[in-house]
Amino acid sequence: MSNPRIVVTGIGASSPIGGTAPESWSALLAGASGARTLEYDWVEQYNLPVTFAAQAKVRPDTVLERPVAKRLDPSSQFALVAALEAWADAGSPEVDPERLGVDFATGIGGLWTLLDAWDTLREKGPRRVLPMTVPMLMPNAAAGNLSLHFGARAYARTVASACASSTESIVNAVEHLRAGLADVVIAGGTESVIHPVTIASFSSMQALSKRNDSPETASRPGSIDRDGFVMGEGAAVLILETEEHAKARGAKIYAAVVGGGVTADSYHITANDPEGWGAARAVKMALEMADASPDDVTHINAHATSTPVGDPNEYVALHHVFGDRIGEIPVSATKASTGHLLGGTGALEAIFTVLALRDRVAPPTINLTEQDPAVPFLISGDPQPLGDGPQFAISNSFGFGGHNAVAAFASV
Amino acid sequence: MAFSNDEVLAGLAELITDETGISADEVALEKSFTDDLDIDSISMMTIVVNAEEKFGVTIPDEEVKNLKTVGDAVTFITTNQG
Repeated sequence: MSNPRIVVTGIGASSPIGGTAPESWSALLAGASGARTLEYDWVEQYNLPVTFAAQAKVRPDTVLERPVAKRLDPSSQFALVAALEAWADAGSPEVDPERLGVDFATGIGGLWTLLDAWDTLREKGPRRVLPMTVPMLMPNAAAGNLSLHFGARAYARTVASACASSTESIVNAVEHLRAGLADVVIAGGTESVIHPVTIASFSSMQALSKRNDSPETASRPGSIDRDGFVMGEGAAVLILETEEHAKARGAKIYAAVVGGGVTADSYHITANDPEGWGAARAVKMALEMADASPDDVTHINAHATSTPVGDPNEYVALHHVFGDRIGEIPVSATKASTGHLLGGTGALEAIFTVLALRDRVAPPTINLTEQDPAVPFLISGDPQPLGDGPQFAISNSFGFGGHNAVAAFASV
Repeated sequence: MAFSNDEVLAGLAELITDETGISADEVALEKSFTDDLDIDSISMMTIVVNAEEKFGVTIPDEEVKNLKTVGDAVTFITTNQG
């Protein structure tokens, strides 16, 4: 029996450059940046070394009803907003609840809920710590709430592999669907941790850009003067479905998810392996699952966070797989516009990849100054046309912990 | 300062609306928290904790199960306020 083909039938996103997936895509093509100076007292109060981030364009608690929102950490609020959009975009499919699953990701979980509760405990005592605190902060809160909201009873799984998380969720969902264990899966990831503690920690490890005077141009993957990533927030959701199920209900199909690969470096807790073999293996696994060769790949959405060491490592990894042809494949480093959504980033970039295939265009990588010779990808500040013919793309995500995850998509 | 019955009822209605979205008009003395207002145990505890703060009272956990109706809560709060 051959594996069923898995397709994308719905997309939703709440990102730093748009409150929906189509708005985010339009803003990306137009070269927008979501990074801004943070307007919070705590920035000055704690004298934070980084004073900007890419906050979501639309606060989720302005979209959700208050009684719903107040039982959710912001990370779960973003997840629900993006999932509602994706579900409606998919035509609100009629699915047997026991054949509907959730595969959802977060890098960190309910940090705001946890730390707000800690403040409450210290200021007012244990009685004031609300009963919903733990169910709001637990990392599986988004998956559990989506299962509850959409009546998904096949399964509801959470992946936490830092910045690789939501690509890994997509790969898991595809494997689950291919194994015949569900017909439809709500897959994606979320993150909402723009908080003094994360800013302090990421700054201490010299991971964040410190271009406080120019937030919009701070995220500049591939440029020689890049100095770190820009923290983003938000969520992205894809409705994944067996092609048979999608066609039977006459759903519109954006693209097929044809492969996925997940590996671990076992090299260092934060740095990727500079030799890039773990990442290269993940790409090869994704191609193998897709029954494709490196020559089939026409577009890459790179992980490319704009850190000094990460970007060249990814080039090295991809060179292992593609050889010198890597210089001819249009690459997009969309974190230049969105910042880095951590656990939400892979799903957002998966959506951008799917739309790139649909529209036959690699979105621009803004803020390119002088391209680093150690990162000689074919990237451009302008949209790059992908041409006619079948399109095949990969989206890469790598995370603290040594996690590598790659998803492969084909045009339909 | 002591709150009157009406003030406690209005204040509770505010907390219930905030927690559940139930319109304040529906919150009346004879309404049962579970049967009429469909308030689950987690929301009930959230309302209790917020009511303690709002009215400056202590509502012991073992007392909460005796608060079947909004009227029970209003009576408990008005008679136990400091």
